[in-house]
Order: sequence, then C-alpha cells, then structure tokens
Amino acid sequence: MTITDNPPSGDTAAAPTETTSKLGDRIFGGISLGAGILILVTLAAVALFLFVEAWPTFGADVSEFDGSDTFLQYVAPLLFGTIWAAFLSLLLALPLAVAVALFVSHYAPKRLAQSLGYFIDLLAAIPSVVFGIWGIAVLAPILSRSVYPWLEDNLGFLPFFAGPASTSGRTMMTAAVVLAVMILPIITAISREVFLQTPRLHEEASLALGATKWEMIKQAVLPYGRSGVISGAMLGLGRALGETMAVAIILSPADIITVNVISNQNPNTIASNIALKFPESSGVEVNRLIATGLVLFFVTFLVNSLARRIADTGFSGADG
Amino acid sequence: MTLTEERPAPAPTASSITADQLGRGPQLAVMIGAVALGALSWANEGEPNWARWIIVSILAYCVGIYVVSRVVEGPRRALDRLMAAIVTSAFLLVAMPLVSLVWTVIERGTNRFDTEFFTETMRGVVGEGGGIYHAIVGTLIVTGLATLMSVPFGLFTAIYLAEYGHGTKLAKAIQSMVDVMTGIPSIVAGLFAYALFELMFGPGTRSGIAGAVALTVLMTPVIVRSAEEMLRLVPNELREASYALGVPKWKTIVKVVLPTAIAGIITGVVLAIARVIGETAPLLVTVGLAQGVNWNPFDGRMTTLPVYTYYQYVQPGIPPEAGQDRAWAAALVLIIIVMVLFTAARILSSVLKPKGLR
Repeated sequence: MTITDNPPSGDTAAAPTETTSKLGDRIFGGISLGAGILILVTLAAVALFLFVEAWPTFGADVSEFDGSDTFLQYVAPLLFGTIWAAFLSLLLALPLAVAVALFVSHYAPKRLAQSLGYFIDLLAAIPSVVFGIWGIAVLAPILSRSVYPWLEDNLGFLPFFAGPASTSGRTMMTAAVVLAVMILPIITAISREVFLQTPRLHEEASLALGATKWEMIKQAVLPYGRSGVISGAMLGLGRALGETMAVAIILSPADIITVNVISNQNPNTIASNIALKFPESSGVEVNRLIATGLVLFFVTFLVNSLARRIADTGFSGADG
Repeated sequence: MTLTEERPAPAPTASSITADQLGRGPQLAVMIGAVALGALSWANEGEPNWARWIIVSILAYCVGIYVVSRVVEGPRRALDRLMAAIVTSAFLLVAMPLVSLVWTVIERGTNRFDTEFFTETMRGVVGEGGGIYHAIVGTLIVTGLATLMSVPFGLFTAIYLAEYGHGTKLAKAIQSMVDVMTGIPSIVAGLFAYALFELMFGPGTRSGIAGAVALTVLMTPVIVRSAEEMLRLVPNELREASYALGVPKWKTIVKVVLPTAIAGIITGVVLAIARVIGETAPLLVTVGLAQGVNWNPFDGRMTTLPVYTYYQYVQPGIPPEAGQDRAWAAALVLIIIVMVLFTAARILSSVLKPKGLR
C-alpha cells in the first residue's frame, strides 16, 4: 500500500485547494483514528467498570449475602456448571457439525449446498430465547419421557446417569442438547468454509491414486481443515459459555457441584444465574453478580484467545 | 465434482470395472427395508413416533448398507458407503430439532397472531388479551439507537484499519481487540452498560439508552469486521486513479471507495442488526420490563420483544395458556423479523452493487 499511503500532495497547480483538502484529510483521518482508539477505550472500559462494580463484593462482610458464602464458595458451582454445560454441548455438537459441514461441502448437490449454507447462517441468528422456550416446551418432555428413564435404568451405574431421572426434563442434559443445537450452525459454518478451501489438486491426486471418496476426505480434506475445525469449535465453546437465556429457561438450578446430567439438581451457569437473580437483586448482591460476570468475561477471553492462536497457526495440514 | 460423483448404475453389458459394484436396486432395497424396520419400532403403539422412526431407520440403513456392500464390494467400498450414509444422516439428524423448532413456533405462534396482538399493550392485562405494541416500540427504539451509535463507530474504525493505519502497530492492536470484543458474552455487555449507568445515575437505573449501549458493544465489532473486509476488496486501481486526478484522500474514500463497497457494508450492518435484535440477556439487566408504552429511552424501563417473550413464558399469569400463547406469538414475530432482515440483506447486496461488478 505504499502508493495509497502517500496521496499526491498536489503540484503548484492545485495550490488553491491544497489547504482545504489537507484540512479535510486531517479531520477525516482524525475521526477514523479516534473511532479506532475508542474501540480500545471501550474494551478497557468494559473491564474497568465491571471491576469497579465488582470490587465491593470482596470488601463486604460475608453475612450480608444470603447463604453467607464467601465469593469463592459462591462462584465455584457456577463456574463448574458453566464449563460443564459448555463442554457437554461441544461434545454433542462437534462430531455432528463436522459431519454436516462435510455433507454440505462434499456430498450435497451443488445447488442444494448453496441454499443450505444460507439456511445455516439464518439458524445462527435465531434468538436464544426462542431456543429456550422450544427446549422447555418440546424437547424437555420428549427427553424426560423416553430417554432419561432408559438412561437411568440401563446406564445408572455411571455417575453421569445416576438419577433420579427428572420428570420435568429441566436437566443439565436438556440444556446441553439445546446449547448444542445453538452452536452447531457456528461450528458448521466455519468448518464448511475450510473444507471448501481444500486445494482441488490434493483431492484429485488422492482420487487418482484410487482412493474412495471417504479415503480422499480422510487424506486430503480433514488434515487440511483440522485447525479451522478446532478454532470453530473453540468459538462455539465461547458462545456456549456465555449463553444465557436458553439455560436460564431450561435448567432447574441448585447450589451443588455434580456430574449427574439427568436429575433435577443441577449446578447453574454464571450467565443464567445472573439473568435469573439480577432483576430482583439490590445492593451488594448486584455487586456479587457483576463479579461473577467478570469471571465469565475472563473465561471466555481465555477460550477465545486460544481459538485465535490455533487459527493463526494456519492450515498446518497443508504443509505436511 | 465430476470426478467424485457416484458412478452410474451398471450398464447391461457389465464390464469388469462395474461388475462387483452395488447398483441402485440393492441400495434402494436396503433403504426401504430400513424405513420399514423403523416403522415396526412404533407399530405396536398405534401412532407414529416420528423421532424414533427416523433414528431407527437411519441406524438400520447404516448397518444394512455396510453389510451388503462389504459382501458385494469389499471392505474399502463398504466403509466409503458407511461414511456417506453417516454424513448424510447426521444432516438429517441435525435438521430434525431445527424443523421441530420452526414448526412449533409457527403452530403455537399463530394462536395469537391477530391485529389486537399488534395494537395492544400489556397495561392492565392479567389473563387473556394483551399484545406486543409496547414491545415493538421498545425494540425499535433500542435497536435503532444501537444502530445509530454502532454504524458510524464501526465504519470509521474499519476505514482507519483499511485505509489509514494499515500495517501499523496500533491497527494490529485494534484488530485483535475487535476480535476480543466479538467474543464478549452478551450478558457481560449488559452488565457493563448497567455498571456504566449505575455509576453515572445511581443504583437500580434502568433505561432504553443503557440497553442501546450494551447492544452497541455487541454490534460494533461485527460491523468493523465486515466493513473492513469489504473495504479491502475495493481494487487499489480505483484509489490510484482518483489520486492521479488530484482528489484528496478523504474525498477518495467518501466518493470512490465507500460507494464501491456500500453493498457489502450495508449487508454487514443488516446482518449485525439481525444478530442483536433477538438479544435478551443484556436487555434484561439494563432495560427491564414495562407494561405500557415508553417512548423515552432516557427515562425508565421499556419492554423489548425478546424480554417480553421470556417473561410471558416464565411468568404467564392466570390462566397460563394466554401468556404462553403470547410468548409463542412474540417468538414468531422475532423469527419473522430476523428472516426479513436476512432476505433484505441479500436483496440489498445485489441491488446496490456498482454496475460494473454486478
């Protein structure tokens, strides 16, 4: 961009307009620079204001909160619930998302694939509150009627399905399934993008050596797309960590840490806990909720920077 | 993808290449058998259990096609067919909840999709009746304010990144911070706006403008990213031609670069609006809920559509059906808005493209 960075400053012929155009340039450039710096300021402000508002929590006497927990005791089950729910949803969504991305990029007819891509983008924009009420009204009854009793009877020896099975379906598993449906479009969209970028020559070389379609995908497409899939998964994880309304509507929360995913006693997530308690809170309780929000901010920050680092290492499969 | 497509069914004169391949006939037979087996799984209950039917059929087809193909074609082709079946059925499996979601929202949302629903508020409504007029007003005001703030903010940042600061350290820092901002959970953005306004106006403040600030934090990075990408797509020759005519840089950007990229930029903005118009959590903590219309975003609580949907569902009142019907109808309105915005973005991007690039 060497040429565009130095606009011609004009010859003597342009002299009369030179001052005004320079002024215009300075103003316009200044506004742009200001907007850019405002981004940095905004982000700093987010961290700063949350910190200022969270601070009174740590100074306050423990007895001022109901439950009289210290902050660590308060946030531990929430943090566990947040990570547990996000992990479960990723576990469910990732294999399906990769398969759907492969279907769209390599199996579906081309015309169908295009409209499917549009459809997937649209799904990513369906409001989470709609997913939430669908989860509690449709999915929860189905799962609690036919899946949870079966899991309790047949796999009850595993701590995850120890039961007692919830009859309302307001369980961690229902929440994780809904979260999985919500993050699927994100992971699918990114995976599809990288699968489509696989060099055609790699694919055709593989086929020319007699590989079947699946062998070609295993040899050429998947190695090439691996880092893209991983960073897509991390973005989905970040979304699941911060997802609020679907969990708030579905989960029946309790103040415990458990890996049991089919009972009525579930650890809540940070975001959902804020949404449920915030409207009725006042005083130090609000500060404590904001402090948990700060914890959530740092967790998602870590996950997202990890995702970016993986994405930045590039398409490592292409080199090898 | 001619190379990777399925070979045609065996010709009448079966050559040695196609001799031991599975034709279309056996494939179809396996598929019909699998669907029939799926139907058997609910047959003794009398009425179709769609979810079980589909899942059993899919599993049966995967097993069936693998076994048949392994016998006829050998293990490598069998694995190939199995994976094709798994990938396709994964798509069907994923489509199931999504179809169910759209179907449920349409079916239950149409119960209350009447004129009263769009012209009434919730003031004084306990049981049946009531509407979303106040929620529509609130959503329009809050989202409109957020758009007014985030479009100039995002656009100028993108101009800085693409036109002025390209390659500088500051630009790189801004770019990575935009990425961080993209990842901020929506509830955290809401808490930030709440904290900001609490420090300025005292505890417990709720107002539309606070919600707009929260949405701005969520919207701006999306706009920056899409606008920057679009500005970079503008060919450098256009800029250079403009400079060569003695046009100053800012005028080049306003008159040449922006009009060329405008289609993509507007599409990005519309998609960003579609993303935030359904945000519930940040508005729940900053704007709250009101029963009537509030036109003033600087004073007092307002109702927005997503928050309305949430409260109508979890606190439906008596009888609960009336509130739940309102919740579903509001959800339907939300989905329709998002779809309209998506379609509008598509149409705009093709209409506004400069003539040379169309």
